[in-house]
Amino acid sequence: MSAFNAIGEEREIDREEFTPGIEPQPTWCPGCGDFGVLKSLKQALPEVGRTPEETLLVTGIGCSGKLNSYLDSYGFHTIHGRSLPVARAAKLANPGLEVIAAGGDGDGYGIGGNHFMHTARENHDMTYIVFNNEIFGLTKGQTSPTSPKGHKSKTQPSGSAKDPIRPLSLSLTSGASYIARTAAVNPNQAKEILKEAMEHDGFAHVDFLTQCPTWNKDAKQYVPYIDVQESDDYDFDVHDRQEAQEMMYETENVLKEGTVLTGRFYVDEDRPSYQEEKQAIGEMPEEPLAERYFDDDYEWERSYDLLDRHR
Amino acid sequence: MADNELIWRIAGGSGDGIDSTSQNFAKALMRSGLNVFTHRHYPSRIRGGHTYVEIRASDEVVDSRGDGYNFLLALGDSFARNPKENAYYGNEEVKPLSENLDELREGGIIVYDSGLLDASEIPDFEERAEENDWHVFDIDLRSMAREHGREIMRNTAGIGVTAALLEMDLDEIENLMENAMPEKILEPNRTILHEAYEMVNEEYEFDHDLRVPTGEHEEEQVLISGSNGVAYGALDEGCRFIAGYPMTPWTDVFTIMSQHLPKFGGISEQVEDEIAAAALALGASHAGVKAMSGSSGGGFALMSEPLGLAEMSETPIVLVEAMRAGPSTGLPTKPEQGDLEHILYTSQGDSCRVVFAPGTPQEAYEQTRTAFEMAYNYQIPAIVVIDQKLSGENQNVPASAFDRDPNPSLGPTLTEAQLEDAPHDPSGIFQRFSHDDPEDDGVRPRSLPGQKRGRFLVTGNEHNESGHIEEDPDNRITQMDLRMKKLESIREDLDSDPETSNQTYFGPDEADYGIVTWGSSQGAVREAVERLNDDGHSVKAIGVSDLMPFAEKEVTEFLESVDEALVVEMNATAQFRGLTQRELGQFGEKLTSLLKYDGNPFEPAEVVEGFEIQIAGNEEAPTANTRLEPAVSD
Ligand SMILES: Cc1ncc(C[n+]2csc(CCOP(=O)(O)OP(=O)(O)O)c2C)c(N)n1
Ligand code: SF4
Ligand SMILES: [Mg+2]
Repeated sequence: MSAFNAIGEEREIDREEFTPGIEPQPTWCPGCGDFGVLKSLKQALPEVGRTPEETLLVTGIGCSGKLNSYLDSYGFHTIHGRSLPVARAAKLANPGLEVIAAGGDGDGYGIGGNHFMHTARENHDMTYIVFNNEIFGLTKGQTSPTSPKGHKSKTQPSGSAKDPIRPLSLSLTSGASYIARTAAVNPNQAKEILKEAMEHDGFAHVDFLTQCPTWNKDAKQYVPYIDVQESDDYDFDVHDRQEAQEMMYETENVLKEGTVLTGRFYVDEDRPSYQEEKQAIGEMPEEPLAERYFDDDYEWERSYDLLDRHR
Repeated sequence: MADNELIWRIAGGSGDGIDSTSQNFAKALMRSGLNVFTHRHYPSRIRGGHTYVEIRASDEVVDSRGDGYNFLLALGDSFARNPKENAYYGNEEVKPLSENLDELREGGIIVYDSGLLDASEIPDFEERAEENDWHVFDIDLRSMAREHGREIMRNTAGIGVTAALLEMDLDEIENLMENAMPEKILEPNRTILHEAYEMVNEEYEFDHDLRVPTGEHEEEQVLISGSNGVAYGALDEGCRFIAGYPMTPWTDVFTIMSQHLPKFGGISEQVEDEIAAAALALGASHAGVKAMSGSSGGGFALMSEPLGLAEMSETPIVLVEAMRAGPSTGLPTKPEQGDLEHILYTSQGDSCRVVFAPGTPQEAYEQTRTAFEMAYNYQIPAIVVIDQKLSGENQNVPASAFDRDPNPSLGPTLTEAQLEDAPHDPSGIFQRFSHDDPEDDGVRPRSLPGQKRGRFLVTGNEHNESGHIEEDPDNRITQMDLRMKKLESIREDLDSDPETSNQTYFGPDEADYGIVTWGSSQGAVREAVERLNDDGHSVKAIGVSDLMPFAEKEVTEFLESVDEALVVEMNATAQFRGLTQRELGQFGEKLTSLLKYDGNPFEPAEVVEGFEIQIAGNEEAPTANTRLEPAVSD
């Protein structure tokens, strides 16, 4: 018998279950792109058959990090940049959970950049949503790792001298096995992409363009946007690493010019997830580790049985 | 000083197998019925560089490396010998024979490998030997090894010579070799061992007094290091998840855990940095698996923020801080107790954590178990503080000390059935941070992700009963007070049974003077106290382990009962003495610190000397390497 009966439970799920009674109205600024993430996530979760109590949403710090105040599930609002290491350990501890990590562009590509690289490299079976508003929202509009070169802010009064990071390319190079970009202004595509990301068995990275009308007026609303899968102008194979790489490079280049390319950029269904890799070498148990602590019949191993080497 | 003791030093090149050779020799001594204690010294370098291990063996209890040594086995440093590397290591090659030679006791024995070492490179070697009545044996161990096997086997030749000179039986040594070596190298080693043994007996007349002591154990013993103690304590508490990033000396604990966890159905993760390591431990524990991480000073600094998150989110985790001498990269392979304040206070806000500093390998086992119990029962981070000294030193411990029930309890965690009746807010969110305090100890039972009826939010922000961000002052006070109350509850819990106190006492029950120390300095102090009492002083000591919540009652009682006390610790700013005064708010006029921060642990003689100077009122520094400093008044 499982101690975690929310996991794998089959039942009708109403999207309103994900609206917390406590703080139903988000306090994001009017017009903020973060609403789009919340909405599409609330739609996607029931459609992939996940309930609030089998979902663990782990967030960082930022306007984006407040996501789990407004989405009712198990939630862990961590510290700036550290959602990924918390999330991936929870997944290893209890792999039946639907683990989603989320945070801002500063959180994920800046202060938490090292974790992003390594979590992608390890291909943990989880979804990572980066609210990319190309700005530090919560701290009032400073330049972020994705802000375009020349972007002026209070801390970069003469405009940023730095080229922005290339989040899609970085993700691909690091080893993510599902990489997409969507935009808050495109909720239907966003929902579909989030569903695919959650169903993907590996690290699914969604760079989610979220306009910040308060601090980043330059980025407008990320409209008009183009879905690279729908448009006849773009023809590449999302399963082909080389082609994906070129497409990402172009996508990142044209964003500064106001051309918003979205869609799936890379999908690798063959790469084993980290859990599979670890189990294959015998370094992770087949049964969820978290269940063991509730198993009264489990014979716990003892250090006493290791003493031969010390005699 | 034990009347009849052997302090055997094997010195040579780092990477020449000195560790495994000495480990086996120590076990052989232990099996023969002796108490053993090992101390290792090595440079922060992979191969080459002078290194040594000392094994102290006696029929009496041995808790420290002792003073000096009485047997030196000096092997060559094969790396320093490499002609291409001469430029780097200069005179390093005679160090196995020359280093700390003054500390060799009168009447002591020197065996050196004349195949690799040239005693004439050491100034006045012969005169000094004569003056000190050293018995010197220059034996070409290298040729002996080459003749029957490979050059590296000269270690075994050295053991054979040692055994012959000490009139020690070869049986246990051979048994251990059989266990440790594959057939292919066992045979030549066995030949070399016997060859060396017989050669000494046939070719040398000797008139030294030193013999291997004899003793008997009442029960079976095992040779355990501080790092083993920590790891085994964690395993027996049901810890099945570790995340870490290598850093000396923490790496030992991490390695031991990583080797055993897969067999125990657990998970070990080497990750990108220490911030991640601590965050992973949090994530695993939050999801319902007993988890730990750890590091040494620099890596522990990176864990500051996740540590604070554990305090605020009331997520149980255990961290190990294996101190080495700082600041910064400091002396990477040398011990110091300089991280105390860092460990107690790092991370923003009021500290709300448990900190234990065990003093021996066995205490490392026991206190790591208690650390897990406190962490999980009280949903709080617990830190086990060890250092480069304790992590690497081995001591015999009765095997029965480990013959204990495992404790995989997660602490107050609700089942789905219990969650049905637990408090929920109107929208159905479990009130994990309820203002009600069911046991009046500050602890609110938790649920785990994936449980029905258990969903809640946890955040590093101040939060309300459902875990949602809340800045209301009344809620703030309630939540803060409940979290801080756990420290009081833990203190009461720890004080409830004096039998299981983490504090260690030695010396007579009543004495005029006291010595107070903490963590790994305990062993040297224990021996010093014995000697001081033998010399007619009236002195007793306490080794303190509970640093947070502080062992207030026990330390107060101890200090009240003495006229004056010496506080012994390995750092420059008397951090523990400061903590004691801060916690107790009195006794400043009674306390004088004895400090040492040269990269080496205290020897008992230094403590004896410090004590005598303090009592005699002499203001001179006791020795070149220690410092006396009176406390500022309270
Ligand atoms: C260690 C640390 N450094 C700095 C901060 C302050 N801080 C909070 S959010 C944030 C940046 C937010 O930007 P982003 O991650 O892009 O999130 P957004 O608000 O735009 O959604 C910063 C710098 C912090 N909380 N912790
Ligand atoms: S500051 Fe920007 S990102 Fe933050 S809530 Fe307002 S609009 Fe959204
Ligand atoms: Mg941002």
